[in-house]
Amino acid sequence: MGNEHLLLPRLARILEVKELTAREKLFTLQMEDAKPLGHSPGQFVEISVFGVGECPISICSSPTRGSYFQLCVRAVGLVTNALHRLKPGSVVGIRGPYGKGFPLEVMRGQDILIAAGGLGMAPLRSLAQYIKDRREEFGNVTVLYGAREPGELLFKDELDEIQSVGECLLTVDRADETWKGHVGVITTLCPQVKVDPSRTIAVTVGPPIMYRFILQEFKKMGIPDDRIYLSLERRMKCGIGKCGHCQINGIYVCREGPVFNYAEIKNLPEAL
Amino acid sequence: MPIMVLSKQDLLPFVERMLKDYEVIGPIKKDSFYLFSPISKPEDLVIDYPIALYPPRKFFLPAEERVLRFTLGEKLVVEPIVERPGPKVLFGLHPCDLHSTRLLDAAFIRENPDANYEARRRNAIFIGIDCLKPCDEYAFCKDMGTLNVQSCYDLFLTDLGNEYAVEIGSERGKEILEKYSSARAISEAEMAKLEEVRRERDKAFPSKLNFDASKLPEILWARFNSPYWKELAEKCMGCGSCTLVCSTCYCHDVFDRVELNLKEGERLRVWDSCLLEDFAKVAGGLNFRPSRVERLRHRFYRKGKYLWDLFGLMGCVGCGRCTRHCLARINPIEVFNDIFKEYSQA
Repeated sequence: MGNEHLLLPRLARILEVKELTAREKLFTLQMEDAKPLGHSPGQFVEISVFGVGECPISICSSPTRGSYFQLCVRAVGLVTNALHRLKPGSVVGIRGPYGKGFPLEVMRGQDILIAAGGLGMAPLRSLAQYIKDRREEFGNVTVLYGAREPGELLFKDELDEIQSVGECLLTVDRADETWKGHVGVITTLCPQVKVDPSRTIAVTVGPPIMYRFILQEFKKMGIPDDRIYLSLERRMKCGIGKCGHCQINGIYVCREGPVFNYAEIKNLPEAL
Repeated sequence: MPIMVLSKQDLLPFVERMLKDYEVIGPIKKDSFYLFSPISKPEDLVIDYPIALYPPRKFFLPAEERVLRFTLGEKLVVEPIVERPGPKVLFGLHPCDLHSTRLLDAAFIRENPDANYEARRRNAIFIGIDCLKPCDEYAFCKDMGTLNVQSCYDLFLTDLGNEYAVEIGSERGKEILEKYSSARAISEAEMAKLEEVRRERDKAFPSKLNFDASKLPEILWARFNSPYWKELAEKCMGCGSCTLVCSTCYCHDVFDRVELNLKEGERLRVWDSCLLEDFAKVAGGLNFRPSRVERLRHRFYRKGKYLWDLFGLMGCVGCGRCTRHCLARINPIEVFNDIFKEYSQA
C-alpha cells in the first residue's frame, strides 16, 4: 500500500455525452484499461479534468451494466463546468470508487422504498438499475421522484425502465403547460404510498432541506430509523479521510459514508 | 536502552560530524523568532531556544506540495511525483513537537499510507531536547501530558549543567551517537542528577488545566450546544493563524496549477484551514459550517475530541502556538477550563 500514490488518478475515456437537462449532462466513461470500475451503487469517484481540478461525483450506473460507468454531472463549479465542455473521446482522471454505498446485503429480500429529490436521482438510478438487473433478489419496489420543474427531471426516457421495477411516482414543485402529473414537493406523494414498514428499507437522496421533511414522512409510515438510509453531500478534496473537508464531527463522510444509516447519524450534530 | 552522556563542549562537534552525511535542521534565530531551518554550520543552532515559530510538520507536510505532474494535449500524460528524500536530522525538537509527529504519523502512515510523507518520515532522525522551564506563559504541555516523551525520538538530550544526558530511543539513534559522538555511559551520580533535573523541571511547569486532560473528549461533547461557543466566536476573527502554526493541523486543499504555456501543469496539496469560510462549502454555494461559531467549535473539537476518537491521540500537544499567534488571544487552556466549569455546574 505504501508504494501506491494515493492521489494519482487512473485515466478514463469519455465514450458518450448526453444532455439531460439545461444543467445536467450524463457522461458514459470507460477506464483506459477497459476494466470495470468495480463500484457498488451509492459510491462515488473523484474525477479530474487535468489543469482544472478534481471533484467528487456519485456514480449513477449500476455495476451490473458492463465495463462502462456513468456520471450525471450538474455544471455548478469549476470542474463540473469544465467537464461539460468535454466531448466524447476526451480523457479524464478517475480515483475510486470511494466510500460506502447502499447496504445491498441488508436490502436483499426486503421491499425497497426510494425517495429521490433533484440530483439525488443520480446515485439512486445506480441502485434502481441494480435492482432491475437482480430483480428476484428484492421485494416490492416503490420510487418517489421529485424535481423543481418538469424540465429538471432527469432520465425521463428511462422512466419506463423504472416502472418495470416497481411503482414510480413523479412530482414537480412547479408545473408548466406540458406537465399533466402531480404537483407539489416530494412529501406530498407520501399519502399514496403503502408499505409494510417491517419489511421495507427506505433509501433517500436529495438536498438537505428535503431530508428534514421526507424523514418525517418515513416516520409516519412507521419505518424504523434503522431501516432508513440516506446519502450526505459534503465538500471533499481527497476522498480518503485525510483532507478534513467532509468531516462531520468525528466522521469522515468520504470514508464512513456517503450513505449512512439514519439511526446512526440522527443525533450527530451538524449531520442533517 | 542505556542512557549515555555527552559533554557540552562535544555537542557542536557532534553536529558538525553529522553535517557531513546528513542535512541537519535545527532551531536558528531570525529577527525576533526562532525557526527550524537547515543549517550549514553548528554555530547557527540556538540550543536553548524557547519555541520555534512553526512546528516541524512543514518538513513532512510542506505548505505547498506537488503531488502530480501532467502534460495536456493530444496525449495526456499524468505522473505521480515520487520523492526520494535524503537523510535528515531534526535537531533540538522539544517534547511537544515530538509528540505532534505521532499524530501526523497516525494520519498519514497508519491508514492509507501516503508514500511521500512516509519516505520523508523514515528518512528523518529526531534528536529531541528536554524543556527545563516553560517557553512562555502560553505553553501548557504538562497539562496535555506531552512534557514527558517516551517514544518518537531517536535521541533525547537533557541538560545536566556541564553535560547532556542522552536517552537512546532507537537502534538508528544508537548508531549515530556511536558514529558521530564521543558519548559515554552515564554514571550513577549523573543518573541521580538527571532524575533531580526532571523533578525540578516538573515543578517549574505550573498546572493550568483544572481537570485531567483525558476527560476532555467527554467534557467537550457534553457541552456541544453551549452558548459559550457563540461568545468565543465573537472574539475570533476567523483568520486561520492558529491552524497555520498548529503542530498537528493537517487539513489540506488540492488544486491544479497550469504553466503559462497551457501544456504542462501540476497538482498541488496545500495547507487549508477549517476556520476559513469556504472550508466546508460545496459547489453551488451550500456551506455545511456556515458560521464562525461552527467553524471555531469544529477546530476545538477536532483537537480535543475527534482526533482522539480517530487515533487515540490528543489533537492538542499544548505547545501554545495558536494563542501566541491569535489576534484575539484565544487560549485553549481558558477555553477548556471555561467549558469544564459549565460541565461541572450542569
